[in-house]
Order: sequence, then C-alpha cells, then structure tokens
Amino acid sequence: MNQLFPFPPEASLESRGVDMLYFAMVGVSFLIIVIVFGLIVIFAWRYRAGSAALRTRLPAFFSREVEIGWTLATLLAFLGIFAWAAGARQVHFAPPENALNIRVVAKQWMWKFEHPSGAREIDALHLPMGVPVRLNMTSQDVIHSFYVPAFREKQDVLPDRIVTLWFTPTELGTFPIRCAEYCGTDHSLMDGEVVVVTPAEYARWSERNGDRGLPASGAQRFAALGCAACHAARSGIAPRLAGLFGSRVRLEGNRTVVADDAYLERSILDPRADIAKGYLPVMPSYRGVASSEDVSALIAYIKSLRAGGKP
Amino acid sequence: MSGASFITKESWSDPEQEFRASFGMWVFLSTELLFFGGLFLAYAELRSQNYEAFAEAGKHASFFYGTLNTFILMTSSFAIAIAVGAQERTDIKLVRFALVATLVFGFGFLIVKGLEYHEDIEEHLIPGAEFPSGMPAAQMFFALYWVMTGLHALHLTVGLGVVGRVWLIARRAELPENFHRTLEVSALYWHLIDVIWVMLYPIFYLVGRST
Amino acid sequence: MTDIPFDAVPERLSSEPSYLEEHTITSWLFTKDHKRIGILFATSITFFFFIGGAAATLMRLELVTPYANFLSPDEYNRLFTLHGIVMVWFFLIPSIPTVMGNFLIPMMIGARDVAFPRLNILSWWVFTIGASFTVYSLIAGGVDTGWTFYTPFSTMFSNSHVFAAAAGVFITGFSTIATGVNFITTIHTGRTEGMTWFRLPLFVWAIYAVSVVMVLATPVLASALLMIMCERMLHLPIFNPDTGGDPLLFQHIFWFYSHPAVYIMVLPAMGVVSEIIACFARRTIFGYRFMVYAMIGIAAIGFFVWGHHMFVAGQSNYASLVFSFLSFIVAVPSAIKVFNWTASLYRGRITFEAPMLYALGFVGLFTIGGLTGLFVAMIPIDVHVTDTYFVIAHFHYIMVGGSVSAFFGGLHYWWPKATGRLYHEGAARLAAIMMFFGFNFTFFPQFIMGYAGMPRRYEIYPPVFQIWHVLSSAGASVLAVAYFMPLFYLGWSLFYGERSPPNPWRATGLEWKTPSPPPKENFLVPPRVEHGPYFYHAEQDPGDLTEIDTGR
Repeated sequence: MNQLFPFPPEASLESRGVDMLYFAMVGVSFLIIVIVFGLIVIFAWRYRAGSAALRTRLPAFFSREVEIGWTLATLLAFLGIFAWAAGARQVHFAPPENALNIRVVAKQWMWKFEHPSGAREIDALHLPMGVPVRLNMTSQDVIHSFYVPAFREKQDVLPDRIVTLWFTPTELGTFPIRCAEYCGTDHSLMDGEVVVVTPAEYARWSERNGDRGLPASGAQRFAALGCAACHAARSGIAPRLAGLFGSRVRLEGNRTVVADDAYLERSILDPRADIAKGYLPVMPSYRGVASSEDVSALIAYIKSLRAGGKP
Repeated sequence: MSGASFITKESWSDPEQEFRASFGMWVFLSTELLFFGGLFLAYAELRSQNYEAFAEAGKHASFFYGTLNTFILMTSSFAIAIAVGAQERTDIKLVRFALVATLVFGFGFLIVKGLEYHEDIEEHLIPGAEFPSGMPAAQMFFALYWVMTGLHALHLTVGLGVVGRVWLIARRAELPENFHRTLEVSALYWHLIDVIWVMLYPIFYLVGRST
Repeated sequence: MTDIPFDAVPERLSSEPSYLEEHTITSWLFTKDHKRIGILFATSITFFFFIGGAAATLMRLELVTPYANFLSPDEYNRLFTLHGIVMVWFFLIPSIPTVMGNFLIPMMIGARDVAFPRLNILSWWVFTIGASFTVYSLIAGGVDTGWTFYTPFSTMFSNSHVFAAAAGVFITGFSTIATGVNFITTIHTGRTEGMTWFRLPLFVWAIYAVSVVMVLATPVLASALLMIMCERMLHLPIFNPDTGGDPLLFQHIFWFYSHPAVYIMVLPAMGVVSEIIACFARRTIFGYRFMVYAMIGIAAIGFFVWGHHMFVAGQSNYASLVFSFLSFIVAVPSAIKVFNWTASLYRGRITFEAPMLYALGFVGLFTIGGLTGLFVAMIPIDVHVTDTYFVIAHFHYIMVGGSVSAFFGGLHYWWPKATGRLYHEGAARLAAIMMFFGFNFTFFPQFIMGYAGMPRRYEIYPPVFQIWHVLSSAGASVLAVAYFMPLFYLGWSLFYGERSPPNPWRATGLEWKTPSPPPKENFLVPPRVEHGPYFYHAEQDPGDLTEIDTGR
C-alpha cells in the first residue's frame, strides 16, 4: 500500500469494476471542471469592466435554444452514466450459487464469524481465494456496517434481521475490516481483518479449527429445543426437514425460495417471514431462545439430513 | 405615526389582502397532514410486518368509545359548518349557537377520550412489563395508539381554544369587519382535526374486528 | 421605477426614521418588523455558527494524530454530533431564509411587511426556545448519536441527552414551518402592482421554492423525532427491533426529510448568488425562466431521492436503482444552473467586489460538490464510499463551499442596505479569498482519504491516513481565521464605517429603491414594477427599455 496515496488494493472480483467507474468519473469531472472554471476565468478576464470586448445583446431566440440544448445534453449524459453504473451493479443482484456461507454476528464492538465447518473466530475472517463468499449477517444490538475497503464492499448489519453480502476474493493477503456505521463509543475500534488464503489452506484451516461434531451437536440441540415435536417425520404440523437444504420451497403467497443458509436461519429466528405453503404460522420465533451457536449447529444438522432420512 | 406609514397603510387595506389568512391556513394544513403522515407511514409499515399482532391488539381498543367519539366529532364539524353557513346569511344568533355546540361536542370528545384512556390504563394497555398480550408486536400497536390519539387530542385542545376565541368575538355587539375570515379559518382547522380522526378511527378501532 | 432603474431615492423618503431608530430591548424582542426579525435571527445563527465551528476545530485538532489525544472516544462522539446538529438545524437551515429572506422578501416584492408579522416574531421565539433545549443538552453533557439519530442506537443504547436534543430540533422545526408558511403567503399575496411571477428576482423564487420544501418536509422530521422522544421518555416501543420494529423505518422517515433539507440549505444560496452575479456582471441572468424552472424542479424531485442515502442500509436492490435514477434526474437542473451562471458572465461588465468573489467561489465549489454528487449517486461507487470521508467532503462542498459561501456573499452584498454602513473592501476581499483556499485545503484531502477507505466518525484511525488528516487540519486553521475576519471588519464598520448611499452597487431590485438603512415601512408609496428583474442593460443604453429576454 502506497504511503502517500493509501488506496486499498483491488482484492475482489467486484473491486476492479468499481475502480474503473470511479476513475472514469474522475476523468469526466476533471473535464467538466476545466470547462466550467476555464469559462469563468476567460469571461472574467475578457469581460472585466473597462475591457474593449463586444457587449451587444444576444438575439432573442438564443437563450432558449441554448437552454434546451444543454438541458438535453446534460440529461442524456447523466442517463448514460446512470445506465453504466446500474448495469455494473445489476450483475451483483443475484447471490452466487455454491457460495461459501458464513454467519456474521456483529455487536458493540466486535465481529464474530461462524464457518460451515463449525470454526469460529472473532475480528478475523479466513476466506479461500477465488471462491464466492456469502455472508449472512445480523447484529445483536445497534446497526453496524461491514466494510472491507479492499473489496469495495459494504453492507449495514441490522439488529434482528439477516442481511446478506457476497463477493469473491481474488488476492491473497490480509485486508482490514472496518465498521462503517456509527455504533457508539468504540465505533472506531470495531475493526478486524480478512485473511485470504488458498482454498487448500482454507480447507486445512477449517479442519484444524472446525467442529466435526457440529451436525451431531445440532441434532442434540434439535431435541433439546423441542424442534422435534413438530418437525418429526410424520407430524404434519411442520414441513419435513430431510432433503430441505438446497431445494425450492413453495411459500404462502405463491412465492418460491431456495432453502439456503440464510433461509434456514431466517426460518429459525423469524419463522413468520416465510410460511411454507400449506402450513399454519404456528412456529414461535427462536430469537433469544436459540443462541448464535445453536443456530449454526442447527443449520449444520439440517444440511446433513438427506432426502428420505429420519425427520 | 409618520406620514409615510399612514399612506402605506391606506394602500394595504385592499380587500384582496384578506384572502391571505385562509391561504396561510391551507398551507399550514398541508404541514399538519405531513406531520401525521409520518406517523401513518410508521403504522402502515409496522402493521404490514406484524399483521397478526396488530389484529390481535386492535381487539383490545375500545370500539364503543371510539365509535361514540367519531359520532361526537363528526357532529361538531357539522355544527361549525352550520356556523359558517349562518355567517354567510348574517344570522348571527345561529352562528353563536352553532359555535357553542361545536365547543360542547369538542369538550364531550375529550371527556369520552379521558374515560377511554382510563379504561385502557386499568387494562394495562401501556407497553411495558404488565402489557397483557403475548405478542410483543401488539405493544407497538398501542405505542402508536397512544402517540397518535394523544397528538390528536392535543390538536383538538388547541382547536377548542381557536373556536373559543371565535365564539368570544361572536358575542360582541358589533362584529369586526373580517369576522367571516376568522370564522372560516378556524373552521378549516377544526375540519382538519375531524379528518385526521376519521383516518385514526379505522386503523385503531376497526382493525382486527372483521374476523 | 418608471424610468431607468438607477434613479435616486426620493428626498422625502430619506428623511423618514430608519427601522433601526428605536433602541430599547423590548423594541427588538417584540418587534413585528421583518427587518428587525432578520437581524434577530442573524445574531442567533452567528452564535450557533461559532459554537458549531468550535466543535469542528476541536475535532480537527484531535484528528491531527491517529490516536486519542485530548478527547476520549465519548467526547469525540459528542463533538461531531454537536457539530452536525448545530450546523444543520441552527445555522444552515435558518441561515439564508430567516436572515436574508426575512429582511429582503417584503422589500423585493414591494410589500410593507410579511403576511403574518406576529407569526414572524413568534418564529424567532420558537427558534430561541428550541435552541435553548439544545444548548441545555450540551451543557448537561451532550448527545452521542450523530445528527442522524439512527435507531435503535438513539432509542435504546445511547446513554446521553437524546431527549433534550431531539426536543430542541423538534421545536425549532415549528419555527421553520412558521417561516415557510409566512413566505409562501407573502409571495402569493403581497406582491406590489406590476410584480408578476416572472418579474420576481430569483432570490424570491428561491425562497418560495425553499418554503414549499420547508412546509412539506419539516413536519415529517417532526413526526420521526416525536416517535424517538416517546420511545425514550415513555418507553413506547416503535423502533424497537425486539418487539418487531423495523430498524430501517426511522431512516426512511428521517431521510424523507433530510434529503429535501439539503435543498433547504442550498436553494436560497442559489438565489443569493443569482442576485450577486447579475449585479456585478452588469447583465441579466442568462435563461431567467429556466433558472426558475430549475429551482422548482429541484424542490419537487428532491422529495423522491431520499433512498440514495440507504444504498447499503439493507433496502431492496430495485429500490436502490430507482433512487439512483432519480438522483441523476435531480442533478440535471443543478447543472443547468451552473451553466447559466457561467453564461451570465458572457458579455458582462464584470467587477470583483467581495460579494462577487464569494459568488464565483460558490459556483466553483458547488460544481465540485455537484459532480461528486454524481459519484455517490452511482450505486457501485456509493457502496464503497458511503459513510467514508468521501461523502463528508462531498456534502461539505455543497453546504460549506456552497451555502456558507453564498451566505457570506449575501451578507456583504446587503450589509450596506441593512446597516447603512460600508465595510473595508480590501479586508472583505482577503477574507473571501482565504475562505476559498482554506476550504479547498480542508476538504479536498478528504475526497482522497474517503476513496482510500477512511470511515467517517472515527476518532482513532489507521496511521496511513495521517498525512491527509494533517493537511485537512492545516486547511481548517486557515478557514477558521477567515471566518473570524468578518467579525472584526464588519463589527468595525457598524460603528466607524462610511455611511452607505441607498444603492452602493447600483443594483436593480426594489430593495435598493429605498434608503440604507430602510425606513420602518420600507416604501413611501407601494412601488410599481414595469419590467423584469436585472435590468442592467439600461445602464449602457438608457433608451433600451424593452422587456428583457427571459428565455421563453
């Protein structure tokens, strides 16, 4: 990182496009500033009081023609820039398939990350290079904002809601995480770092720090929290969970949704948000009942259930 | 008073200028609508996300008092409309009577409101630890209920002052020249209070009663 | 105003007592004279300008090093909150409308006073009461929510005087609304004979547009603050996520007000600058009608762009696209205005007195602020730079580079009219030039830091940014000196300045057709208007009295 111009590296698939847009806009702005400032200086000099410049009145039609001309030109130019920027963002609308799902919990003033392997870390996030990553984030108190300048990505993290952010790291190295939404006393110290490693290294890291027994622990919690009462194979009160992960679920209101990590988490914490078709909204929210660890374990357990399996 | 101000005053008593009071009132009413608008937006948004809790909470709101108050307030608006009409026909006796009726119904509204609040407090319908409903979101319904009906009652109290002032003027032996403007502007404000209530009534007292 | 517009003021009027004549305190505090109310507001907002400025100075000092030096994090958080609240609600929003709007609108339209003089003084009293709540919250220990009062931080987590601060802003809102209602009614009903809508000076149009925004936007802020106050004081859960409240609801309501509020701050500045440029270029404003349409367009479209503050807040991607699109649309009229000001210089007869320096500075800085506005209207760039110093720099270019420059420009332009005294021109020019350079010096480095990822509201920051923070703080010290200068030479002029003639700039406009300072009732006889504003070409060619081309 250059000491004088501390521009962060372009470390994600998305960052290159953002920088291109940015520097193109810097160029356009520079051109406009040169024209406007240049004209002001030229006019100020040429038409200073006492100069011998021509000052007859402009023809009556002139003003109107010029106004319409530059209004349309500005409008078209702005619409062009909008279309470019919107197009650049639009490819980012749909979450990537086969993304690595990581749960993020923010609270005053720390970041907690939970990997699918059960590995947990605080204020540090290990990621494999070249693999799309999807963060399913929630806050336990106020609004925070997950910001990695090197990835040119930022997303506010809301209390009691799951918001997602996805990107693909493309550079090895360590990149700072910052909280970008003011969150109280130690807002400026709520930082961390993303450590991007090779996929092989990430696999080893997950192995070392993970929890192989996570699905099993999820099964225990499934029983302990009383989930089995309704989600048992033949109960009929609640949808079957075997084979649920990754399938398309039909919801009330004729929506369908892919049952991914975020869906599972939302269904545990905020079950009334998405009611599966044909079922009554009887499930209570497990917010505050199931801990963050419980949720990770439950998700791991549900993912481990294959179609035709027990519950 | 200097000569200049005398001349300028003369040129300002243009009849067209009297129009400014009611014009200003209309502009002010647009402000009032947007003031309540922010609260209505909050209600709509929270209800759309907590549909059942709001329906459940709506059953606790006092349908009887709410409906009674709707009748009372509509009648008071009717009375002040009669006052405006009577003023146009220069029937000053009817103007005075209608203004008294408006005031009486206005106070009646506040009394009924007080009875209703008393009952609500007895039923612990105040968000907090003793709130009866099991659904947490029902507390938001009552939070908005207290804020919005309280703000409306505050407006109505101000309205009573405004109408009371018109009534005091109307009791004079000789009415000021611009009395019809004063009456009209006050009536506009009173109608706004009525209009806001008509919007509050369904969202707090009728919601959740269809099923 | 029957012949050429630079004629002398009638002798008889000059002997009238001026509005400054009476000297008792009650004659000021309970005045109904719009000119005196303008002066009252001027003293109030000057006080707040220096309070907000002191907070900014302390912050810039603290930020010279990347560590916490003499402020604890909590103190720093209170300082930027104080700076934001005071500067937005107690300086920028009331500045031009309540000071220059009150002083000038009735005179510019040829009226004796505003439509509701009693409401006008009430507005100042309400402002003072609201301000005292805020001052109380400062003395009692401050507020640490940021001027944006985001929930649930402000409602459930902040352990500071949120209620008093919110109440102060809430009450002040009624002052803003009263002023807006007054101006709309005044401009609709108080115009003198011959003053048609398209003969109004652009400053009047600007104040009209801004009053509409004030009347329609401010009550929405009031409702948001009312809910915050109820939640904090009465524990009514409205924004509480635990009961199912929506953390984004407050932001939507808040920005529905606060984006139009940006236009409340900048539209009057546009009006002031139009007056000044026309006067010192001795030429009519190019495309007068388009300038009017542009201001109305900005005021109207400005209500539908609030979501561009929330691109990363968690709103739908499609909503973001729509808001991005509308933000580009609202930028078009602003660009047109810059072109028109520039074109107004063409074939002019330009002189460079202090007000003109401020106005030209405004055009330059507003152009940079507007262009960087396009950056943050683009979703991919905004995702990276929102909540960083890039956004800080952007809006300071609009509000300080734009509005504050225009405020000082207008202050110097109408100073002889309001006080009847002339100031030292050399000192005024020096202050104007120092403000321009000091400002760029302070805020341009923040664009660079911002794109490099320096988040806002950080007391302790990564050391790589230090060089840029030092530059910015150095610029701020130049700016601070420049802001103090007018206090001295304008203060001096109040007592020792040369007496001003009625029309020292030989400007058109009805406010110059009466002595400086004006008499209590403004005009001897209501003036009649027979042509559009900015009739400067008659100066060169007294025979040319044709209606000026207003670009129909």
